[in-house]
Amino acid sequence: MEFGYYPGCALHGSSNDYEKSIRACMKVLNAGLKELDDWICCGATAAHSLNHKLSTALPARNLAIAERDGVGSVLAPCPMCSMELIKAGRALRESEQMRRQMSEIVELKVEGKTDVINLIQVFERIGIETIKSAVKNPLADLKPACYYGCLLTRPAKVVQFDDCERPRSMELILEALGAAPVSWNYATECCGAGLTMANEATVLELANKILKNAAGSGANCIVVACPMCHVNLDMKQSAVERRYDTAHGLPIYYLSDVVGLALGLNKKELAIDKHFVCARAQVKR
Amino acid sequence: MARIGVFICWCGENIARTVDIEKATAEVAKIPGVRCAINYKYMCSDPGQAMVREKIQREKLQGVVVASCSPHMHLKTFRAAAKTAGLNPYLVEMANVREHCSWVHHDKEKATEKAIGLIRMTVGKVLRNRALDPIKVPLTKRALVIGGGVAGIQAALDIADAGCEVVLVEREPSIGGKMAGLSETFPTLDCSQCILTPRMVETGQHPNIKLYSYSEIESVEGFVGNFKVTIRKKARYIDIDKCTGCGECWTKCPSKKTPSEFDYGLANRTAIYMPFPQAVPARPVIDKDACIKFKTGKCGLCLKRCQAGAINFEDEDKLITEEVGAIVTAAGYQLYDIGKDQPNAKLSGYGEYGYGEYADVITSLQFERLSSASGPTSGEIKRPSDGETPKKVVFVSCVGSRDNAKGISYCSKICCMYTAKHTMLYKHKVHDGEAHVFYMDIRAGGKNYEEFVRRAIEQDGAIYHRGRVSKITRENGKLIVRGADTLVGEPVTIEADMVVLAAAMRPAVGVLELAQKLKLGYDEFGFLSESHPKLRPVETNTAGIYICGACQAPKDIPRPWRRRRRRRAKCW
Repeated sequence: MEFGYYPGCALHGSSNDYEKSIRACMKVLNAGLKELDDWICCGATAAHSLNHKLSTALPARNLAIAERDGVGSVLAPCPMCSMELIKAGRALRESEQMRRQMSEIVELKVEGKTDVINLIQVFERIGIETIKSAVKNPLADLKPACYYGCLLTRPAKVVQFDDCERPRSMELILEALGAAPVSWNYATECCGAGLTMANEATVLELANKILKNAAGSGANCIVVACPMCHVNLDMKQSAVERRYDTAHGLPIYYLSDVVGLALGLNKKELAIDKHFVCARAQVKR
Repeated sequence: MARIGVFICWCGENIARTVDIEKATAEVAKIPGVRCAINYKYMCSDPGQAMVREKIQREKLQGVVVASCSPHMHLKTFRAAAKTAGLNPYLVEMANVREHCSWVHHDKEKATEKAIGLIRMTVGKVLRNRALDPIKVPLTKRALVIGGGVAGIQAALDIADAGCEVVLVEREPSIGGKMAGLSETFPTLDCSQCILTPRMVETGQHPNIKLYSYSEIESVEGFVGNFKVTIRKKARYIDIDKCTGCGECWTKCPSKKTPSEFDYGLANRTAIYMPFPQAVPARPVIDKDACIKFKTGKCGLCLKRCQAGAINFEDEDKLITEEVGAIVTAAGYQLYDIGKDQPNAKLSGYGEYGYGEYADVITSLQFERLSSASGPTSGEIKRPSDGETPKKVVFVSCVGSRDNAKGISYCSKICCMYTAKHTMLYKHKVHDGEAHVFYMDIRAGGKNYEEFVRRAIEQDGAIYHRGRVSKITRENGKLIVRGADTLVGEPVTIEADMVVLAAAMRPAVGVLELAQKLKLGYDEFGFLSESHPKLRPVETNTAGIYICGACQAPKDIPRPWRRRRRRRAKCW
């Protein structure tokens, strides 16, 4: 099984630990990742808040590359990227005029037929049963709070993924790994995302609520599938603890980290050692 | 040469705006066989009908074509007019140039051409029509009423009081419907039981009413005046004629853990049970799935205790045939399922409200039971999780209603009123409690309704927030209700002890199957369709079958009550 791969800026930059972790898992699961050739930025918040045409054209260029190279399904691990790509694809499919205009702007023919998916969907397509049978190291001690954040399931009409208010797809994967996900309140709340640059206080407040509720609900770690969420909960956790004079000490794992651990990979292979919050005893090797 | 008169109606401007009436009149006058063609603004009005009568007589017309609305609406009107003028009514036909032409087209020229074509065809039909004489067939002067809720009970009593026999079929073990479980009713706050239970008794004892409780409609054959209805009398395992309703059986039944349907799961009942003490008939029923005798073969305690010998574990469903002349459907409603599991792909629930997960998030009907003197707490407001008195209650209106994203676009009509009532009932019992309401708009149209809502706010101090609730979670034993107050323009978070969700009204379970058996139309939401919302509001498109109550649309209690006179008059 092979997937196209759109890393976006995060996975080649601040969240390269996420990329390393995903690649390590895919290798064990015999799934190929083919990075889109010469991909560009998806535009993210900057583009769609300033220029509508630009916010379609940037992802459209990436979709055009996928179409040109015959890539059917593309993994975009960052939910911001996947949302922008899906939104552009939809706009392209809906309007002939849009297809003409965008093909002209990006200098490649584009129809928006690429299937853009997130990391959870990649694991679902590989097959939860397949993963389950490949588990070498069941995560019995793990009580994760599955954190979807704001974008993985939203806008519901655009991404059309799981129940936007009460998703369960990540839990199903973790249960297959032998973990016991907890029921908690902040699974689809916002972490403050990009405000981490402009208004750190807001992010610290939101992150504190998320961490507090996860721990209060009996979780011993949080599992995320978004690089931005990881930054705000992991990198900023010490700042949260300082500001609110508390000690959360909750490890924040990428979904691929826990899948990898269950598949027998070690924390170095999964770049868990690059995380800010110490993984402690849960990850022995 | 035939002598046909053509009468073209403007229908105010419904037809005249899109069809060139003068041109059409001139054109159809040229059709061979047409003696005269005239038009008028309202052909169905008195002057319009007078024109038809006058022309029939003066021109010695042998046939009439009225080009106007649907024959469904006014064919009877014009046939009656023709009859008074001495023309056989079956020589009158209508060309539908409104629904089939002016309402659905914009291009005036083409619409006019089409209207002329429609009239031409109808003239052709009248040319071949023959005078007919109606025949008389005997009819069964008995009515079937389906559903023993407040609407069905009232319909049955009205018909029975008028001297006709009624067959009343109710699928639950007792009549009474949803109303029997309500606490007090708006806008007077009088007790629901005091209004309904005397009527239930009257229904049970009425010499003209034959009651089939715990029974369902199996099939319906025949036509107006002569229906043949097969009723499935479900196995009750009790002979209700022998049983005295003494209670020896259900007080001794060892299987006590089945959630009570009547209390919406807030309390448990036994396997052999009476749905509620005021039930009519006051006879128990055995729930086969909960009964230890049925499950293991051991027990049979009720059989031993019963002095009357009324218990029969061998009981089976029976099919009974009844002949009736008219059918009244009062099949009722159910609440929208709030949780994730939905009966219909178009609907999606409110998983974010935690209903089913948090015991203290309840529906409005459950709150009725909590505040009812006959309820599991004898009317004390105690929350389900731990029996504590909730000091802060949040009422959320429009859960499901008016929300296209969740599949229901209509307003459920009664929630604004009963939510105001709930805040009052709560405040009257918990004086130091806080009642918060989240609402979209307050729709309190009706006599003394708006005043009632103001009373809840001004006298009883209910706190209204105009906005929706986005999520309900639980932290430290409190329900965290997060919503918006759009009048203040700020998010609101309330730490509540209990939450009451005013879920939308949907047609009762099984209404669609019933509609198919009766060959009735229904709308996209499953509510049964009336023949015409103004002209024939209780009739359906199947002659002899009438509808009333909330299976037609969301309705409050006074409404079926008001409509009953009309229905009674219509049955015969």
